[in-house]
Amino acid sequence: MSQMSKIVRTQSNIIFPFIMIFGLYVIAHGHLTPGGGFQGGAVVASGCIMLLVAYSSAWVLEKIKVSRLSVFESLGALGFIGVAFFGLIFGGWFFNNFLVRNGILFNVVPETGSTLSNFNTAGVLPLMNFAVGVKVIAGLFVIVLVMGYASSLKEWKQ
Amino acid sequence: MSLRTTVAVVMFSILAVFFVCTALMLSFGNPMKSEMDDYIIMHTQNETGTNSGVTTIVFDYRGFDTLGEATILFSAVSGVIMIFRKVKK
Amino acid sequence: MIYNIPFIAVVAMIFIGLFAVLFKRNLVKIVIGISIIESGVNLFLITLGYREGGVAPIFTSAPSEVVKNAPGSMVLPVPQALTLTSIVIGVAVLALMLSLIMHIYEHYGTLDVRKIRGPEE
Repeated sequence: MSQMSKIVRTQSNIIFPFIMIFGLYVIAHGHLTPGGGFQGGAVVASGCIMLLVAYSSAWVLEKIKVSRLSVFESLGALGFIGVAFFGLIFGGWFFNNFLVRNGILFNVVPETGSTLSNFNTAGVLPLMNFAVGVKVIAGLFVIVLVMGYASSLKEWKQ
Repeated sequence: MSLRTTVAVVMFSILAVFFVCTALMLSFGNPMKSEMDDYIIMHTQNETGTNSGVTTIVFDYRGFDTLGEATILFSAVSGVIMIFRKVKK
Repeated sequence: MIYNIPFIAVVAMIFIGLFAVLFKRNLVKIVIGISIIESGVNLFLITLGYREGGVAPIFTSAPSEVVKNAPGSMVLPVPQALTLTSIVIGVAVLALMLSLIMHIYEHYGTLDVRKIRGPEE
């Protein structure tokens, strides 16, 4: 496949930072508003795939290698399991929420029935949200990149 | 081909009768037992510290399901990469 | 009977998907039918947990009458969490099915189901 016209490329360059900021907002505020790791990761992956459609997949594969992108996905999965194992070390059981009342970072507990939102709450959950978000972004982008590149290479027999 | 088509149409109609009867018998808006969900909604802010009920269920009360889902995503991506691999001869 | 419209919509979606899987010959149309069946099942999971006059089970910026009678005016949150997992599983299965279809087209040259036979060469 060849690249799209100059108007399409310029427009997708302009609008991509806004999509990325909105997706990172949905990932980061997963414990206060609807959203979380999976939903925000799908939004950012859609923005990246829009860039992949505007510039052809052959051009993108010269800049980014697939083996480097899969490192991001493995980092996300290892972060998720590592946080769960820290719960086993610091508490008594797997997936323990060890940062809720007596931790370093996210240790404020809101009162029962309060409708204010405080970003500093909810123990382990923001770290898990970021790990799963990175994993989903890398996974969905690699799937579309590999399928798009492989479909432009094969000689179809009729 | 005609025998296969008639058998498919007969099974289709029997399934249609079953599904439509079930859909008309369920009641929309009155769940039967909701004690687990009431407990989760009342004790979310005290035990976990979040304001959202759905995120605590996904990551805290039922974290093992999220672990299995992450495994499924990982195996799907590795399967897609493996299918389009070029074997050097 | 008119209050059960979400359940009738679920039955309609499952039947449209089942019709596409059973009676169509193109492989891509069969995959589209499978995706429609999955969407119908996700809709069924969400509509099982609805309470009359309820709002989303989130405490941030909720109106004060919702917080006062707390569990009675909120929708059940557990089916929504299970639907998230189901959607992600659907995406994974769809990606694998489409890449296998690309491999089949490269090998056989056609996408007709009745012309693709097993490994009997």
